[in-house]
Amino acid sequence: MRKGILFLLLLIVWILLVWPFSGGAVDYQSIVAGVVVSFFASLVFGELFTESPHKFLGVKRYLWAILYIPIFLWSCLLANLDVAYRVLHPLLPIKPGIVKVKTRLKSKSAITALANSITLTPGTMTVEVLDDGYLYIHWIWVKEADVEKATLIIVRRFENLLERIFE
Amino acid sequence: MNEFIGFTFIIIGALFDLFGCIGLIRLPDLYNRLQAATKCVTLGTCGILLGSLIIFGLTAAGMKAFLCALFILITSPTSAHALARASHIAGVKLWEGSVVDKLKEDTEKK
Repeated sequence: MRKGILFLLLLIVWILLVWPFSGGAVDYQSIVAGVVVSFFASLVFGELFTESPHKFLGVKRYLWAILYIPIFLWSCLLANLDVAYRVLHPLLPIKPGIVKVKTRLKSKSAITALANSITLTPGTMTVEVLDDGYLYIHWIWVKEADVEKATLIIVRRFENLLERIFE
Repeated sequence: MNEFIGFTFIIIGALFDLFGCIGLIRLPDLYNRLQAATKCVTLGTCGILLGSLIIFGLTAAGMKAFLCALFILITSPTSAHALARASHIAGVKLWEGSVVDKLKEDTEKK
């Protein structure tokens, strides 16, 4: 089953990469080549893929993921304006530090997505991830050094959605 | 019309890339520089690629731009995390104006 899902994902990437639909006619030769290549690649690398393939079948996860995209892009844009402001300000208003936060997410993919989201959102960057759910965040403007309060500010805005998508 | 929107995206993306480079020069230590580099360069480059997607439309070139933007969104924060973690383990110090370093405190406790 996980080989089948990997096969589908690889085929989608292949089709986006070669894009056989341009010019009105469909280029079947590239699609057949993609099917063969994805088949063998998924046979070889299927064991290394995800640990819980059943999660790919939940339709609700995709809906939450679609809801997550605009929220993520918006905070990404805010992050960039924030950095631009700090960098262009003549006094360089920064108060950096590394704080500790705790997440209740468990699965590896969820923690990866959370760490990546934190890195791309205003003023924060993941430095270290521990197995017991603690993350160390480099914060360019430390508002709260306390674990609980920093968790409220940094982690909570993504945690609920990511829990629905990945857990 | 498509070209106008596409070029707007490309100009905004290039501007953010520029801000990232200014941050790389002005900010004091490695961690702050990584912040500026990761955020601005990710959105800036994605903006440029999105602009080319809008200009080229659903063609081979446009879809490649889309795929590149997707991969940059996944890999750029991951590599920033790897760099920051490696330099903290290697002992790169924070800027002297930094207010707190929980990671160092916890490593010294162990």
